[in-house]
Amino acid sequence: MKERQRLVMVGNGMAGLRMLEHLLKLAPERYEITIFGAEPHPNYNRIMLSSVLAGGADMNEIILNDLNWYEEHQITLHRGHTVNRIDTAGKKVVSDQGVEAAYDVLVFATGSNPFMLPLPGADKEGVIAFRSIQDCETMIEASKTYRKAAVIGGGLLGLEAARGLLNLGMEVSVVHIHPYLMERQLDETASRMLQRELEQQGMKFLFSKHSEAILGRGRAKTLAFTDGERLDADLVVMAVGIRPNVELAKHAGLQVNRGIVVNDYMETSVPGIYALGECAEHRGIAYGLVAPLYEQGAVLAKRLAGVNTEGYAGSVTSTKLKVSGVDVFSAGSFKEQDGSRVLRYQDELEGTYKKLVIQGDRLVGAVLFGDTSDGAELFSLMKKGESIQGREKELLLGVPADALSKGTGGGRLEAMPEDEIVCGCNGVSKGTIMQAIHEKGCTSVSQIKACTKASGSCGGCKPEVEGLLQIYAGEAAVSVKEGICSCTPMNRDEIVAEIKRMRLMTVKEVIHVLGWETEEGCTKCRPALNYYLGMLWPDEYVDEKESRITNERYHANIQKDGTYSVVPRIYGGVTSPSELKKIAEVAEQFEVPMVKFTGGQRLDLLGIKKENLPKIWEALDMPSGHAYGKTLRTVKTCVGNTFCRFGTQDAIGMGIRLEREFERLNAPAKVKLAVSGCPRNCAEATIKDFGIVAIDGGWELHVGGNGGVHVRATDLLCVVKTEDEVVEWASAFLQYYRENANWNERTSTWVERVGLDSIKQALESGEARAALQARIRAVLDKTTDPWKQIVNEPELRKNFEPLAGEEVGRTGL
Amino acid sequence: METVKMLVGSVAEIDPKGSRLVRVNDMEIALFRLSDGEILAVENKCPHKGGVLSEGMVCGRMVHCPLHDWRIDLRSGAVQEPDTGCVATFPVEVDPEQGLVFLRVSTGVPS
Repeated sequence: MKERQRLVMVGNGMAGLRMLEHLLKLAPERYEITIFGAEPHPNYNRIMLSSVLAGGADMNEIILNDLNWYEEHQITLHRGHTVNRIDTAGKKVVSDQGVEAAYDVLVFATGSNPFMLPLPGADKEGVIAFRSIQDCETMIEASKTYRKAAVIGGGLLGLEAARGLLNLGMEVSVVHIHPYLMERQLDETASRMLQRELEQQGMKFLFSKHSEAILGRGRAKTLAFTDGERLDADLVVMAVGIRPNVELAKHAGLQVNRGIVVNDYMETSVPGIYALGECAEHRGIAYGLVAPLYEQGAVLAKRLAGVNTEGYAGSVTSTKLKVSGVDVFSAGSFKEQDGSRVLRYQDELEGTYKKLVIQGDRLVGAVLFGDTSDGAELFSLMKKGESIQGREKELLLGVPADALSKGTGGGRLEAMPEDEIVCGCNGVSKGTIMQAIHEKGCTSVSQIKACTKASGSCGGCKPEVEGLLQIYAGEAAVSVKEGICSCTPMNRDEIVAEIKRMRLMTVKEVIHVLGWETEEGCTKCRPALNYYLGMLWPDEYVDEKESRITNERYHANIQKDGTYSVVPRIYGGVTSPSELKKIAEVAEQFEVPMVKFTGGQRLDLLGIKKENLPKIWEALDMPSGHAYGKTLRTVKTCVGNTFCRFGTQDAIGMGIRLEREFERLNAPAKVKLAVSGCPRNCAEATIKDFGIVAIDGGWELHVGGNGGVHVRATDLLCVVKTEDEVVEWASAFLQYYRENANWNERTSTWVERVGLDSIKQALESGEARAALQARIRAVLDKTTDPWKQIVNEPELRKNFEPLAGEEVGRTGL
Repeated sequence: METVKMLVGSVAEIDPKGSRLVRVNDMEIALFRLSDGEILAVENKCPHKGGVLSEGMVCGRMVHCPLHDWRIDLRSGAVQEPDTGCVATFPVEVDPEQGLVFLRVSTGVPS
């Protein structure tokens, strides 16, 4: 075997690691790899830091390569080491802690540093950048004690930082040197629309403001501007730009302008030394976005593996703002220049704006606000530089989706080089997708997603993945139908029809008879089949707990650390002193780490070990609140006429009655109810699956609301006079939903899919309602409390206990 | 290396398509019983985010991690595509007469 060459990489970030992943695929045995990283963490996704602040991800979730990965590939990682000297003659690097590493090949992937304005007071406590996990931790910490934050910089990074600080509950002012936000990516029209949107979210803006000094004793307290104005801020985040990190390269004698100068093969001015990512400058440009860095990584990996590559020719870049509820996309040169023509479309009603910049017969820039679904398509046209003559208006007013698989669109995808990244989130190239189609036999987008992760994150590149499938899988792709999961091409209605027609009785039977592609299904189809069978054969079917999701098998919510939470049922949100005492005593007895009020007027005991669940249920002696299941969760109520001076009806009584009526109901997805005692709607009934609002002398019944992922207000189903009628209509609606919705489909999506009118029609006649009510009642009469059942049945209870191992022998090997 | 042979219980104590865990020193080992009665043992820790595999759904020879749905082959310990990695597996012996389940775990002590 050939002696391995020594590859040393300075920097442990996204660009460098992406390159290494590529290199290890191409030439796994070629190099002995050593990495120096200044941060104490393995490689993490810097782009997701804003999601960490937004509460959408925790720190661990953004790790891209954990320590095991380095170990698996025999990579030596020096974390927390900053390389401070390079001996190019002796070919070795030295870290600040005195660790030396000799190299045959050296790669600079040092990234960039946030640019800190050299203001007086910039060294005070509470003045930070927004670049690293540590910065995020500082923000989270500061938000616990302090109220006011200022972000200097109204660009992409500044706005994401500001949104994060809002999420942490701080008051945020964004200070911007320019008259409007994101001036590098947006024109003034789009920028003002963005500003309005962000102001509604609670951000404040100060435009054309130059910061002069940060005042305060030890810690930042006030930001002073050149015009004499001041702004109170206990936390100042500087997000005014980044600077390629080139000091080390300069000292080592490499040619450096703004970044480390590289050619099309990422070679620096010194043979054997390469650079890529934010620290590199290619044809005069140092990029600060992830897509170009991945493209550079692919080229360098090939170069280092000795594989032929055409080199890197620079990138057209696009930007998306990752702030929830705001869709902004910008690509290319969006400013009008001499000889360019501009097409604009603005819709103040929808809050959308689209601008295309055309030079000659080519698209050179685009700005989208409010609806960014065309972004990927427009961006591809720009990158390809193909003629758009005659299609300008079509592009402005939206591209028909099927145009992708025909004519010029297909031509564009065919002409795309194989190392071009199609999926920016996961760095999947066209070549990888082709390989999945040709070599792994993928014939659908979902198979490609399962095989390569392309289109698996934001889904923005799905049209292109579909287009590639059309081109490279040909006929095979056309015949593919998306089923309920990758085990079957059949959809819900077909499966339900076949179960009925052939009287299939178990999950196993369905999988075998209907020709599943897997032996025992998967976590998507098994729970769905278990639900459909239970719904279709209420009298004969025995529920299969092994086909239920984890939460439903253990009758508790699994938390990120493997502990569980317990929410007992508190009917209508009304409790009593003795019940509260009991909950408190149980929480103390079992040293429950946290007791929390839920959003549904109940108490949540958090951080419970699995083996303690049955003991706690036994001690509580209360029914399960089913806070973990696809079933009735809670019935939220306001005070109603019991105490409230505005109450028109007994909302509490109505809520308790409904909760007792429907508790333990198996449903396609979770079901939430609420009862408000007057049109002020304090129980927020109009964002529930079934919401009841009392009016003088009657009840309004609302359906299909949701306050979760896709917020939707309810539609009015009807108005009734008595409590019995409320129960009758609720029963009929819920049973009709049970019999017709897809598993895991909330009423909000179901109502939109089938249309309110079809539901109204189905529930119109008294006979129909009575029949539905009889069916739901029959199902409900068979249910039992799961907690009590587990407590009393050793056969079920044993699964909560570990087995005790006992040593019976030892052998030396 | 020295290995310890342990008696962990009987086949009947594990439900079909179910799992039980056993703690050995500081490690959790998950025992699974497949539909065909085969008993397999792996470390109870998904290589992704440390999810408890014993609480995942068993489909054929695979277990799906309850946290993010990673699929792991219980016989080889290999994580299935598109994800990568592997979980430690442990030899299991079943005494067919009495239905007793034995587990072999290396102590890490050279013999």
